[in-house]
Amino acid sequence: MAKSVIELKKIARKIRVLIIKMLTEAGSGHPGGSLSIADIITALYFEIMNHDPKNPKWPQRDRFILSKGHCVPAQYAALALCGYFDEELLMTLRKFNSPLQGHPDMTRTTGLEISSGSLGQGLSVGCGMAIAGKYDQKDYRVYVAMGDGEIQEGQVWEAAMSAAHYKLDNLCAFIDYNKLQIDGKVEDIMNVSPLQSKWTAFGWNVLEIDGNNMEEILNACYKAKNTKDNPTVIIAHTTKGKGVSFMEGVVGFHGVAPTKEECEKALKELQEEVI
Amino acid sequence: MSSLVIGMAKNKFLLNKIEQDFAPYKKILTTLGKSNPRIVVLGADLGNSTEIDEFKNRFPERFFNIGTAEANEINIAVGLAIEGEIPFVHSFGVFITRRVYEQICIQVAMQNINVKLVGTIPGLTSRLGPTHQAIDDLALMRTLPNMTVIDPADATEISQAIPLIAEHQGPVYIRMMRREVPKIFDSKKYQFQIGKAVQIQEGKDIAIITSGIMLNQALTATLKLEKKGIFPTLLHISTIKPIDKPAILKLAKKVKTIITIENHLITGSLGSTIAEIIAEKGFDITLVRMGLQNEFATPGTPDYLFKKYKLTDDNIVDKVISALKKLNNDKLKIKN
Repeated sequence: MAKSVIELKKIARKIRVLIIKMLTEAGSGHPGGSLSIADIITALYFEIMNHDPKNPKWPQRDRFILSKGHCVPAQYAALALCGYFDEELLMTLRKFNSPLQGHPDMTRTTGLEISSGSLGQGLSVGCGMAIAGKYDQKDYRVYVAMGDGEIQEGQVWEAAMSAAHYKLDNLCAFIDYNKLQIDGKVEDIMNVSPLQSKWTAFGWNVLEIDGNNMEEILNACYKAKNTKDNPTVIIAHTTKGKGVSFMEGVVGFHGVAPTKEECEKALKELQEEVI
Repeated sequence: MSSLVIGMAKNKFLLNKIEQDFAPYKKILTTLGKSNPRIVVLGADLGNSTEIDEFKNRFPERFFNIGTAEANEINIAVGLAIEGEIPFVHSFGVFITRRVYEQICIQVAMQNINVKLVGTIPGLTSRLGPTHQAIDDLALMRTLPNMTVIDPADATEISQAIPLIAEHQGPVYIRMMRREVPKIFDSKKYQFQIGKAVQIQEGKDIAIITSGIMLNQALTATLKLEKKGIFPTLLHISTIKPIDKPAILKLAKKVKTIITIENHLITGSLGSTIAEIIAEKGFDITLVRMGLQNEFATPGTPDYLFKKYKLTDDNIVDKVISALKKLNNDKLKIKN
């Protein structure tokens, strides 16, 4: 049943609250990129994708690959809210023997399609799944989320070439274009722009949106679904640390968990946020 | 390499003489494709060179050329395997292992994904010099948990191994010979099994252990040694991992010297595995490792290279004789 945009925004906010709580409890992790991609993950799990939390391996389900694996807290929160596992499990993030480790492990966690953590490989795996879908004549779609720093990996462009070559219109990639990576601004470290013309040149249907705007994410996903012959990439301009004022656009929150005080401040902001 | 060994058939598994089979991999892959629609084939712009062109012609809907992008090739195979296909992934042995080690480690081995890696022109059978000679492929693949590693000796082992590899759940790396491939084992009497060594000859004091195509030279060497009245044990191991430990331990109880022979660096594959096993069990055995020592090889024909790097039948004969002399404090007399 279709959810309203207001409901989806509430879920995205809840996911952000859970990200902050999980990372504070764990004492380590990656808040910046988890917060920037929270809206995209919300749209996919709560509106766009066909999936069944009671039957995680349902053959017809849409597949989601988080290639930028370090932002998995956002996905864990979405999986818990969907009912793949108990919400309480989120507070075991990164603890010994927890199924929820710092990088996605398909062998431990229900609802994950692949393991990731070493960057640049998810789009290739997504191509493989999309090719299999066509060969097996199944009509599932494959979604892959990548970071903007991640697309500096050459393999991403090998995969981009092959997705267009094999006309994988059942494949949709997101670039979480939050403009920051570990060492600083993406444009200073190794500039990836202009993205639009690069992906167009590689044969993709390119959409460019505000990746923290729910309506724009949904519209882009619908357009992607209706595109024939070409894979779609959604260049999602986002804000790293989105939703927490003192984390927004701050490179230092790439891989550092909030302190208890920062956590309280962040939760207060998120809970006060007016929709 | 072209030696024709006659009189091998004292062992029931062997043909009476070495024959040649043309492109056994091409044939078995196509046969397998007919019987199992889950078999899909990936190539990296080496269709003819890796003998997957016939599969491509027969089953174009499940043949995928990924171009010269091996990292992408491996991970596309992972996606296909997760969805239940059985991908056979091809390139030369160097590129399908060394170049894409991380993709294999993280996405294939770590999750025990059902991807089959086929590396063509192993070791010194490649004429193209060190960039194209897989001399460390077995070592690299052997270090990966969950990975099965196979170095077949001949056309019979290739034809028998491929269906078993398809049935096996989990990743496998197999070295592949192409075009004219020696046929040593009698396919009616021998059955390759993953993880099983085969004893070709039982002798005493000295054991020769071979992997891959080195069985060819070792057989010629044992016949030459026979004429001198010398009978070493000959054990052939085509599964490098999991290795047939019981067979090695059984042999280790009976001999004083083991000579390993491999078409590979002496580090990390057959010789190293044997060293680990005999050392861990505390055997008082001398180990002689024949293979490429600590160096990269040069370009050249296989005949030239196997001579240059001392891996001919005569080199094996010399090693066995010098090991025997050592055991007998140089007092041994040997027929010429």
